[in-house]
Amino acid sequence: MDYIKAFLVGGLICALVQILMEKTKLMPGRIMVLLVVGGSILGAIGLYQPFIDWAGAGASVPLLGFGNTLWKGMKEAIDKDGMIGLFKGGFTASAVGISAALIFGYIASLIFEPKMKD
Amino acid sequence: MQQGKASIQFEQPVRIISRASVGSKKEKEGPLGQLIDYIDEDPKFGKNTWEEAESQMQFLAAQKAIEKAGISQNKIRYIFAGDLLGQNIATSFGIMNLNIPLFGLYGACSTMGESLSLGAMTMNAGYADYVICMTSSHFASAEKEFRYPLEYGNQRPFSATWTVTGSGAVVLGKEGGMVEVKGITTGQVIDYGIKDSMNMGAAMAPAAADTIYHNFTDFNISPDYYDKIITGDLGYIGQTALIDLLKKKGYDISKVHTDCGIEIYDGETQDTHAGGSGCGCSAVTLCSYILKQMEERKWKRVLFVPTGALLSTVSFNEGQSIPGIAHAVMLETVN
Repeated sequence: MDYIKAFLVGGLICALVQILMEKTKLMPGRIMVLLVVGGSILGAIGLYQPFIDWAGAGASVPLLGFGNTLWKGMKEAIDKDGMIGLFKGGFTASAVGISAALIFGYIASLIFEPKMKD
Repeated sequence: MQQGKASIQFEQPVRIISRASVGSKKEKEGPLGQLIDYIDEDPKFGKNTWEEAESQMQFLAAQKAIEKAGISQNKIRYIFAGDLLGQNIATSFGIMNLNIPLFGLYGACSTMGESLSLGAMTMNAGYADYVICMTSSHFASAEKEFRYPLEYGNQRPFSATWTVTGSGAVVLGKEGGMVEVKGITTGQVIDYGIKDSMNMGAAMAPAAADTIYHNFTDFNISPDYYDKIITGDLGYIGQTALIDLLKKKGYDISKVHTDCGIEIYDGETQDTHAGGSGCGCSAVTLCSYILKQMEERKWKRVLFVPTGALLSTVSFNEGQSIPGIAHAVMLETVN
């Protein structure tokens, strides 16, 4: 059941973003920023965490979840260290995601060659 | 002879004495596939990078054109060539082993028109007996230069055109050949403030309209003077815009107009969305299809108008609009 829920919720988020890609002139980079910022705002107003608790990976894996993670990291660091946490928390919380993207991206670039699109 | 505001009519005969085109897999599968001289289905043309592959295409096109002209390489006085990559590297690296003096040009996708114009002017002035006019583009190197590298795997919107992987070269001479360069109309930079780099056709249509309009007024002719008016890479979206713009100025070109970007691929089966684009689009179409139609006397007079979008990634990222340019070349079959 968890898998099905994650699949449906994650897929729904992607489908909504696909509509943005097709129907607006927004460039991909801007859409990604929109998702991250959107996720941190939803996190800040207390909506995203309950959503993750319910949908699991379907909500935490898409970029919205990354925004929420950033916000969570910030909040914890600021609660602990005060203002200096503003400069620490985001990186601590997102370290796993960013490093994984870098490392797996690098490994993929070693194994695969880019090909022409058909 | 200077003609009107922006045109030249040549007094001396300037003939296209040979033509050569190079393409890859997608070009082969397109409607012009059978007409292209040299096809390599390997998009890297045996090289290590996309940029080297594009250079190799120019080398092959130049070599083939010289071979077909039946003259020795050292008789070619100048090459007029350019491409889309930063600092024209496809051209410089591609032709350096030919040992022919080079004028490197940047006219974005209008380069074939620019090189033909300058080559014909040089010939007409008597400064050369033979020149090569050439250009190229490569899908993968152009995506890297202007949009996203292929590794990024982005999605293409429907208004996006498909950069042609190919190169086209002609040798201009004084005798031989069946097609003559009668005159030219040089385009000015036109900016309608379009900012969408995925919709170049709309950005370039105003420039094409302006150049074609000046060709009509400078030579005091109407659209029916030509059997065909062929723009470079406006695609389907740009074509509609061009026809509308010229209608507003009192000229109806809808019966004679076509576009290299529309001819080179089959939009229905090849998923090329708005059509083909890139320097190679007009160059390959000219050297494989247009000149052949003229040699077979199916068309007698053709206005060849390659169109270019004059953006760089710097200007684009700094929020500047995309100005366009178009250079018209009047081609006519020789009796």
